Amino acid sequence: MYKITIDGKELQAEPGSTILQVAIKAGIDIPHFCWHPALSISGNCRMCVVEVEKMPKLQTACSTLVSDGMVVYTNTDKVVKARRGVLEFMLINHPLDCPVCDQAGECKLQDYYLIYGKYESRFREEKLKKRKVVDLGANVILDTERCILCTRCVRFFNEITKTNELGIFNRGDHSEIDTYPGKKLESIYSGNIVDICPVGALTSKDFRFKCRVWFLERTPSICTLCSRGCNIEIHHRQGRIYRIKPRVNMHVNQFWICDEGRYGYKFVNAENRILKPVVKGSSGLVPVEWEVGVIDVFMNLSAIISKYGSGSIAVVASPYLTNEDAYVLMKFAREVINTENFGYLPARRGSYDDFLLRAEKAPNERGLLNMGWKTWGDGAELLREKINNRMIRALYVTGGEGFLSQVKDVSDLLSILDYKVFHMSNREGEVDSINAILPSATFAEKDGTFTNFEGRVQRINRAFGPVGESLPDWKIIKRISMMFGKLFPYEKAEDIFKEISEKVTSYKGIDYLAIGDEGVLTDGI
Amino acid sequence: MELLLTKRFSIPDAFRIEVYRETGGYRSLQKALQMRPEEVIEEVKKANLRGRGGAGFPAGVKWSFLPKEKKMPVYLCVNADEGEPGTFKDRYIMLKDPHLLIEGIVISSYAIGASKAFIYVRGEFLDCIDTLERAVKEAHREGIIGEKVMGSSFSLDIAIHRGAGAYICGEETALIESLEGKKGRPRLKPPFPAQKGLYQCPTIVNNVETIACVPYIVERGGEWFANLGTEKNGGTKLYAVSGHVKRPGVYELPMGTALREIIYEHAGGIIDDLRLKAVIPGGSSSPVLTPDEIDVKMDFDSLARIGSMLGSGAVIVISEKACMVKTLYVLARFYAHESCGQCTPCRNGTSWMEKIIKRVEDGKGRKEDIDLLLDICDNIKGKTVCPLGDAAVMPVESFIKKFREEFEAHIAFKGCTVSYEREGVLNV
Repeated sequence: MYKITIDGKELQAEPGSTILQVAIKAGIDIPHFCWHPALSISGNCRMCVVEVEKMPKLQTACSTLVSDGMVVYTNTDKVVKARRGVLEFMLINHPLDCPVCDQAGECKLQDYYLIYGKYESRFREEKLKKRKVVDLGANVILDTERCILCTRCVRFFNEITKTNELGIFNRGDHSEIDTYPGKKLESIYSGNIVDICPVGALTSKDFRFKCRVWFLERTPSICTLCSRGCNIEIHHRQGRIYRIKPRVNMHVNQFWICDEGRYGYKFVNAENRILKPVVKGSSGLVPVEWEVGVIDVFMNLSAIISKYGSGSIAVVASPYLTNEDAYVLMKFAREVINTENFGYLPARRGSYDDFLLRAEKAPNERGLLNMGWKTWGDGAELLREKINNRMIRALYVTGGEGFLSQVKDVSDLLSILDYKVFHMSNREGEVDSINAILPSATFAEKDGTFTNFEGRVQRINRAFGPVGESLPDWKIIKRISMMFGKLFPYEKAEDIFKEISEKVTSYKGIDYLAIGDEGVLTDGI
Repeated sequence: MELLLTKRFSIPDAFRIEVYRETGGYRSLQKALQMRPEEVIEEVKKANLRGRGGAGFPAGVKWSFLPKEKKMPVYLCVNADEGEPGTFKDRYIMLKDPHLLIEGIVISSYAIGASKAFIYVRGEFLDCIDTLERAVKEAHREGIIGEKVMGSSFSLDIAIHRGAGAYICGEETALIESLEGKKGRPRLKPPFPAQKGLYQCPTIVNNVETIACVPYIVERGGEWFANLGTEKNGGTKLYAVSGHVKRPGVYELPMGTALREIIYEHAGGIIDDLRLKAVIPGGSSSPVLTPDEIDVKMDFDSLARIGSMLGSGAVIVISEKACMVKTLYVLARFYAHESCGQCTPCRNGTSWMEKIIKRVEDGKGRKEDIDLLLDICDNIKGKTVCPLGDAAVMPVESFIKKFREEFEAHIAFKGCTVSYEREGVLNV
């Protein structure tokens, strides 16, 4: 270890690290634009200059390696002036259109100007006019006038996705970021360049002009679109998701998420959300109060049990369920319905790559296995067989949208059954033959845990109250069970997890709160 | 004085290998191949041969920065991207005496242990490229390059690469990037090319004139070469004289020849016997000198002592007829146009300066513009990735420092006050 001094603070420094890395670790702010922890050092913005004893020129903290006994100053007159100079240079041709810029409020130019700039403008010339509202393809819009040419986006495609989709064209202050001639962005990770753009040059087509960022609340969560379980932040306001941003977790997704996950949140606030329980009457499906819906489901299930026996009811778990939902559903099947016919419908398989994207398009298949669920087969073949044999007369399905879309000839299959109750969040697919639909809350509206493909237990958090009268799956089950005379004592997801951590071997001793931001790795299935 | 680099300039067909050999060519190579590589480096060190591209770094010292352990191939890149305004010396070596350059390359490659050398030629120099390609073919044919150079165990290939027109590719790391097929943008240093250069391998980048000196150093010894010049500035130097002189051209003179002698004796003095107003002594980026400073010796250290630079040795002579504001505008426009755009201060600072100087030139200057220019200079100087930022700043600072009253007059009288016909020297 080296000893170095920054602004009089004595610090331990790993040989081979840079001044900026050491400063960041020690909580000393050295402003910078082009440096990003996941990307190569470019040293082009010149904002991070510092004074180093025995070096005549200012040095860029991002690229200067520490040496033993090095003495660094980050706030001398020389440094302050150089920084102000860099900001002034960046801003002379900048359109200064913060009032209409999506980046306002989370813009490094804006922030640094307020901390390190605050000079009177000395620029009396015509600003350079460059291209605006450039559609880069995929999900990104470029404004070359706002761009400070830090090349973070270029390096992202060169170094992270290795798809080399952006370059710098022209020279001097006419330099512009762009795709290569005739090409558009194709990477499924393109949304990340909006995140790492330190200014408003790259904006998200999806988010543009939707909301000022300072109005957004941020809730840490987990992406549900594949089994990677990328760490995300839900940015929301008044019960509406405005955007999804990646949350750093070096064990799972580093700094990134894919566009599937980033833009796949629309179902949460979709028009087709089911807001109240729906029960099939003589005139088709009609919304009812929860009390009515629960009694209806109880009566019908009881009738099936008395007619065909409790084993004639099959329970279907969904890989979208949290561990807590899945655990309670299992207890419901075994202890309330008293059937051995329970299993899960595996996640839909889709495209995958060798970076983040996994083929299993649901967040918690591994968790289902951990909770003791067995599969019904990829297209629920085992279930189909039992239905065709009339061994099963009624279905209790969670994640109903998945069931309707994944099971082949689902309408024919359902028509054989006497009774079907589905948990669903969105009205999707052939729902007409279903007898009762109970509105379930989405991941954004509940607490709980998912276990990703490699066994990492991670927490989701409720961003806003469930939409309409929907409820987390386990709460729905709790209500139905109550009708059967079974009282589940859980008040919150944490209570269920506590029981899981006592009962499920690979989760033994895990504390719900201690799962924290990075998750906890479990072993075994 | 005995001419070295230009000695064949007056010999017809000296670009042909037979003529080159008849006039003593490739004997130094033969001699070098009998020496150990370290001995060659030692001679070059003794010669006080300083980089002729502009920085004046001792070539032998640069060579000795190569890693001692040879784990990766070593490359020699010859910088023939002669682009600094006012500089036109290397092109004559390539045109008139290409084998001198090739002999220098083979000896230098032998010394540093390179088996592949590149000549990066400025894209506009089509005639130089033709001549070099022909010379390389001849040298191949005669066993000067290729497998087993002159029957020795040393092998060398030379590739000629045509640049695409960017001034910045004369900066050694931008040159390397460009050679690798990338956009010519200077790299962050360290690491220096001697550690990590072309294809991340140890690389030496030397100017054409520097390399062309090497055969003479090997032939007559480093000490002899050193004694041709002044202290720590060995050899002769090609001075490219342009501007308002009677006989513009390339003059080979001992290192340290007085600037006055170059202008008034060799270049014949000022056109129409006008008065001298200013001299840019070492290419467009070197700080301008006034007439009372021209007794300076034209070597790296003497010019540094009076706050300027020998640079490439390109002397631009400015008569009393020229407007210093317009002249500076031409220079500022050049640097703004040639800034690669990579780092903030150079990208935005050079073009801002250009705009201000243009405005002053157009008679729309404001009093505060002069100090603003100096402050912009301060915000660029020493804060950029490569020396282009400094190169753009030095003319501005020195023009204002030494000719401030002309700028003030431009502002006060809303236009040019040089009573003669307005005429910038560097109409590029």
